[in-house]
Amino acid sequence: MAKTADSGLSWLGKSLAGLLLGYGLAIALSGLFAWLGPGGMVPPNKYQFTMWLVVPVWLGVFSAVFLFRSALRAWGWLGLANGLAFAALWLVRQQLDQR
Amino acid sequence: MHASTLRTYKTVHTWTGIVAGLALFIAFYAGALTMFKQPLQRWLSPPAASAPAGSTQADALIARTLAEHPAAQPDFTLHLQNQALPQHITWQRRGSAPQAATLAPDGGVHLGPPPGSPLPDWIDVVHRTAGLPLSLDWGAGILGVVSAAYVLAIVSGIVVLWPTLVQDFFALRVGRNRKRMWLDAHNVIGIVSLPFHLIMAISGVVFGLHDIIYETQKVAVYGEARFERIWNGSGPFSGVRPDPAPAAALPLAALVERVQMQVPDFMPHTLRFRGWGTRGAVAWITGEQACCMPRTANGSLVLVSAVDGRMLYGEYVAGHRSGWMAGVSSFFALHFGAYGGSTVRWGYFFLGLAGAFLFYSGNLLWIESRRKIERPGSGGPVLQRRATAWMAAGTVGVCLGCVAGLSLSIAAGKWLHGQVADLGAWHRGVYYAVFLASVGWAFARGGARAGVHLLWLSALACWAIPGTSLAGWLLPATGWWAHGDALAVDAVALLGGLGFAAMARATARRVAQGPRDSVWRAPARCA
Repeated sequence: MAKTADSGLSWLGKSLAGLLLGYGLAIALSGLFAWLGPGGMVPPNKYQFTMWLVVPVWLGVFSAVFLFRSALRAWGWLGLANGLAFAALWLVRQQLDQR
Repeated sequence: MHASTLRTYKTVHTWTGIVAGLALFIAFYAGALTMFKQPLQRWLSPPAASAPAGSTQADALIARTLAEHPAAQPDFTLHLQNQALPQHITWQRRGSAPQAATLAPDGGVHLGPPPGSPLPDWIDVVHRTAGLPLSLDWGAGILGVVSAAYVLAIVSGIVVLWPTLVQDFFALRVGRNRKRMWLDAHNVIGIVSLPFHLIMAISGVVFGLHDIIYETQKVAVYGEARFERIWNGSGPFSGVRPDPAPAAALPLAALVERVQMQVPDFMPHTLRFRGWGTRGAVAWITGEQACCMPRTANGSLVLVSAVDGRMLYGEYVAGHRSGWMAGVSSFFALHFGAYGGSTVRWGYFFLGLAGAFLFYSGNLLWIESRRKIERPGSGGPVLQRRATAWMAAGTVGVCLGCVAGLSLSIAAGKWLHGQVADLGAWHRGVYYAVFLASVGWAFARGGARAGVHLLWLSALACWAIPGTSLAGWLLPATGWWAHGDALAVDAVALLGGLGFAAMARATARRVAQGPRDSVWRAPARCA
């Protein structure tokens, strides 16, 4: 087998980062869209659109995760992005979620 | 782009393709057939004494059925006559089998099981679950995961192809280098049908995994109480309140007229009535809406009062739905190919078959690139790695087993009609028997030889479809039949069979004369 920079462990690490942290980021961003996007929580069937949004964002991140130079970097940057997005979502819900 | 990036994405493309390819072949081949469920239903339905159709006849059918079978009153569905099936009513009491009523020519009501063959719905199940013997939810869930791998395969495929896109796109190098030719064909079809594949992949993930996504969002985005409120408050029947005061429902013609005043180009074909005979009676109506992107494979839906025709819920119909639902419905319609009439259906049929070819050729390219080249003077063919030979056998067995299995279950619809009690179980049985036997045969005889046999089997299975019609037409004693208005089914099957026969001949040539170091060459017999 040709010697490449990527070991099996690195592949596994990046793939798991794309799978899990990509999904987390997509959920958090869809949450910001649900609360802050057009109409906020008012339009009755916006939640269906918001659910659809998760898939392209998640798989977009998953597709791009292999561009990271190492699995550690992928987990670091995507972990940070998840932290920021979920923190923003938590703040928004604190402000807007009255009940 | 960096060479190492390209190498990385080539690996991503290879492995996601290998994981997803076989399931996607089945989903695409069966999905292509579902574009013509109604002609198939017609092909499968025996000639019947025509039941009276029309709106006054529908009113009479409802009145007589409810008089004789009051159990149907709370919830029944009126199916207007179409190309394949007579006008009829269906209903189902909790815990018992669904029942159907048609109007007899003498004005009486004929009771029986719902008319029509279960086969078109079985093909749909194969499409949605790749034929995995699981519940629809689990099968679709697994196909949702497969579709996620498919999205990665598409993106990585574009990345790999990007640097040489222009020169590769205009090139189909037919010639000595067979692998180059297959790769060119794989690339051209992938690029030309890219939007179709992106839509199918993304919507496939949504259809399979929406429950998991909603559950996550319930906790992370909405909070449980708010989500339950949204969920319960947005459904079609959320605003409906029962009102038991007796009231007469509108006659069908008047009801349709009132609906069409509100939705001008709506052509109802299926009407589900709830609370018939009361003030709160509603009709949940499915119909064609030629102008627009319908929400379901069967058309758009409106909920109206059955008493005065007033619209109660318009989120599933163009002209009344919100922008959010218009966006979501467009994605549904783009997946189902339910817009644009027969042109789009034929387009989706060929795109679906081309997609199946994409996955088949992808597996073949994987096998070819793992081939060990025989060096001159090494004295005899090299041994292929076992994984390569297994992949060849699996690809041939699964893909062609699905093709032959579906064709034979269609033909069996005429053979078994009236002979067996549970036609649906027989259709599943025929499909699985042919599919599993084909996979077994491919592993027993190797991809090369079995490929030829199974391609001939696929051709014969296709020809069994027009053959059965021809036999029914020439020999009525068989009990089979041929419909002039379902000849397109026979013609497509005939052509499909010719295509498989041509492939079988080409494959047989390669098995006999191809390079000795290929898995596609029959292994030399030991002396």
